[in-house]
This record gives sequence, C-alpha cells and structure tokens, in this order.
Amino acid sequence: MSDLRDLYQDVILEHSKAPRNYREQPAANHKAEGFNPLCGDHFTIFITLDGDKIQDISFQGSGCAISKASASMMTQTLKGKTRAEAEQLFTRFHDLVTGHAEGGAGSETELGKLEVFSGVSEFPVRVKCATLAWHTLNAALEGKQEAVTTE
Amino acid sequence: MSIAAKPVSGVFDVERVRADFPILEQKVHGKPLVYLDNAATSQKPRAVIDAISHYYEGTNANIHRAVHHLSEQATEEYEAARITAQKFINAGSPTEIIFVRGTTEGINLVAQTFGRANIHAGDEVIVTDMEHHSDIVPWQLLAQDRGAKLRVAPINDRGELILEEYEKLLGPKTKLVCVTHVSNALGTINPVRQIIEMAHAQGVPVLVDGAQAVPHLKVDVQALDCDFYSFSGHKIYGPTGIGVLYGKKALLEAMPPYQGGGDMILSVTFEKTTYNRLPYKFEAGTPDIAGVIGLGAALKYLTGIGIQKIGGYEHELLDYATAAVSKIPGLKIIGTAKEKAGVLSFTLENIHPHDIGTILDQEGIAIRTGHHCSQPVMRRFGVDSTARASFAMYNTKQEVDALARGIEKVREVFA
Repeated sequence: MSDLRDLYQDVILEHSKAPRNYREQPAANHKAEGFNPLCGDHFTIFITLDGDKIQDISFQGSGCAISKASASMMTQTLKGKTRAEAEQLFTRFHDLVTGHAEGGAGSETELGKLEVFSGVSEFPVRVKCATLAWHTLNAALEGKQEAVTTE
Repeated sequence: MSIAAKPVSGVFDVERVRADFPILEQKVHGKPLVYLDNAATSQKPRAVIDAISHYYEGTNANIHRAVHHLSEQATEEYEAARITAQKFINAGSPTEIIFVRGTTEGINLVAQTFGRANIHAGDEVIVTDMEHHSDIVPWQLLAQDRGAKLRVAPINDRGELILEEYEKLLGPKTKLVCVTHVSNALGTINPVRQIIEMAHAQGVPVLVDGAQAVPHLKVDVQALDCDFYSFSGHKIYGPTGIGVLYGKKALLEAMPPYQGGGDMILSVTFEKTTYNRLPYKFEAGTPDIAGVIGLGAALKYLTGIGIQKIGGYEHELLDYATAAVSKIPGLKIIGTAKEKAGVLSFTLENIHPHDIGTILDQEGIAIRTGHHCSQPVMRRFGVDSTARASFAMYNTKQEVDALARGIEKVREVFA
C-alpha cells in the first residue's frame, strides 16, 4: 500500500473530491479544451489574462482523481502568476511527474504544494493524467485571443 | 509434434488448463498475476507458442510459391489451419475462410468490397448501439463515401438489443446489417439467429462481429445462416495480427478483390488481371504464415478441451463474480442482460475507473478501464468509462475473490 499512498496522497484525494476553482468563466479571454482520447478524460481551462498576468483561472470537466486534483491545484498555484512563470512551472511539473526533477529552485518557479505529485513518476501510465490540465493550459495561453468569446 | 490439448475428462479442470499457460505463473508487484483483461486479449497456451517456434525453427518458407520441400511443408501447415478454422465455426467449405489481420480487417474487407459494390446513395446500413468502434467506423466511412446512411438499433437499460425497434429499421433501403455476437463492453449475447432471420426475411445480408463470442460459445455459421462472420485470433488464445473472415461462397465470389498483389491473381498483363479463386482472391501478398499456424494450434487446443465445457465453466465463473461484486457498496454493474458471456463492466461510486485500475494493478490484478472502444455504449449508460473484468477459461473463483478484495481496497483508499 505504501506505493499507492505515494500516488494517492491525502492532498490529492481531497482536491479530487472538492476541486478548487471548478467553475466556468464566461468572460475569460483564453480558453481551451483538452481531452485524453484513451480514457475519455476531458477538461476545459478558462483564463482571464490581464496583460501578462493570470488574473483568474478555473476549470471544468471530468476525469480521474489524479487529473482532477492536478487541474485543481494548478489553478490554485497559477492565480496571480505571469505567463512566463506558468510556462516555467509546467516544465518543472513535467520533470517532477516524469522523474526528471532536479533539486534547487528559483523562488518564482517553486512547485510548492505541487510536489505531492512526485509519486506519479512511479506510475508512468498515469503521467498523462497528471499533465492533461497543464497541456490544456498551454493550449489556452497559446490560443489567439479572437478565437475566444470575449465580446 | 502434438499441438492438441490434453483431453480434460469429466469436470472442467481449471488447474490443468492453467498449467498450459506459462505467463500465468508470474508475479506482478510481488503478487500472483490475476489476469482479467481477456476481452482485450487472451494469454497463449504452450501449444500455440510451440507451434510458432516450430514453424520458424523447422518449416519457415513462403507458401503457394516454390516447389521445394520447405515451401511445400509450410503451405501444407497453412492450409491445414484453414481447415481447422473451417471446422471450428462449421463453415461449408475451406474456401469460405479468409485469413485477415483480425476482426477489424475482416469488417473493413467487407465494407470495401461488398460495401462498395452494393451500397449506394440513399441506401442504409444497420448497426446496433452496442457495437465496438471497429463495427461502426468502417460503415461510417463507407456511408460518407457513398452518400448512404447509418441506422442504429437501440438497446434497453440492461444492455439488450430491442428487437422490435431493430425490426422496424429493416426496409427496402437496408443493404446490410452489422451486429456483434457478444458485446465487448457489456457482455451481452445477442440473439443473432433471430436478428439474421429478421434481416433475411427482407432479403438483407448480415455481418456478425464474433471477436468476443468465439472464445466462449460454440459458433456454427451454417446454423446461424450469417452471411459474414469475423473474428480475431488473439482473443481466442492465438497470436495477434491474425484473424478469420468467413463469408458465404456466393457472396465472396461476386465481391471485387480487397487488395491487389501476389497470390490473389491467376494471370497479370498490363491490360488485364485475372483474379485467383477463393479464398486466395482476398489474400494478397505473403500472409502471416506463423500467425495462421499459431491460430490453427489455438483452435485445436480449444477443441481438445471442448468449447461447450469451457462456456459452461466460464458461465459459472461469471455468475460467481457477479454475485461477489454485487455485495460491494456503491458498485454498479453496467450490462445486466439475461444472456451474458465473459464480461463484468462496472462503476464504483464516484471513483474514476483509471484509479480503480491503478490500485488493482498494485494487487497484481489486470483489468481494463476506459471506454472499451465503445463510446456510444458508454454514452447510452451516461458514463465516460467503466472498469471491466473479463474472464477466460483459466480464471478461477479464487481470482474473483482477489478482485473483490481489490475493489474493497479501492474503496479504502478513497474512503
């Protein structure tokens, strides 16, 4: 059971049951849908960018405990961050869950609470679950603004 | 070399069967492997592994080509497997047995040959709500290409085809009915004999997807009177990459070829090619000779044990498993048809099937999670995915108990 507890840490289970920022943002100026065709998980990420800063970020959708907790904690972490910081965090998070993480960190890009996902690296088939929200975030940030309903 | 199974007399001796499958001895994450993903692919008995090794070590040569000894021997073994397959599903003639890569290719072959020759703008093809994607997408592609229409026969809340609704869809525009014999996602056994009778009453031919049926049920294509029957080797204890398409001779003869190449011709000039006779007309290029020989060994192995005996044992196991997991609070079985084979699909409270799969894997238990390539079925039951345990003749009641304990563990983790 110890291995399983590395993956299903209490924080992760708690976020999967009560995800934060789980709401639509009709006024979001960036939005993208991400899904994993293999398992049917799908999420929509909503971002309100103010210049370069993520003023608000939320999500909706369905998926496993890992993907849902990852989306929830990602939105918590990224609120108030800049685009560049978000991109750096994604790189570090990706390294963490794929087992390529290195020690030491610049203060702006510290993973903090997201470190609970380190157990995912022991479960390679679950890496996609943990990174789905982040890939969707990237798509939302890269998407052209006119493609999103801003009115 | 003998590739037939040791006859199992009297009661079904599962331990004896298990001993024939080398892979079942291993441990996963320190626990004995409990392999319950048989609807995805089954494990292979020693007889199949040996038949393939034996071919590569002793008789490898191209078939239907040369006059030399090895080629002759390889051809003989390849054609012997065709006769084994013919007998296995009781086809009228070995020329009605076409070797394909699997069920999917068999269905695509019919779509691209029979379909392109017979289905035109305004025509209709009937499928059911419980088809695997491999029995939906080939018809969708054909329908788009031809301006034809796909009609879908609905299922009820137990996962059974609603025969009256299906019958209403049959009409003068219907050119083909495509139905699965056993549902991979729900385990439902369809009343194919009746489905075929209803279609034939209106002059409509029927293709049966037999991928999930052949490992569990005695299939007699003549008694069913189906027009096409497609199945895969790897789900019936044979190798991957090989399968069988059965077609009625008159239909196969009238159909244009599928792929062009060697072996499917009698003579070729740049002006005109004369196609080979059945079944070679549909077997262009060097086939998967080892695969065919391995499949033949698998079918012989099964016949040695007795498919009815296997079916009876598996039925008992499925009943036992259904009763065992039904006691687990929050567990809901998806697919509760009266007639079922081999499959136990379920959801567990709000716990995602992926999480169930990971936790069970830590217990050495292999199940499938996801949509099972049957997204319309999932939508019909209002879920994105399910967890699916699927059984084979080598599974035991102890393994079912391990599954039930594993599911309890899932509940503990998510408590």
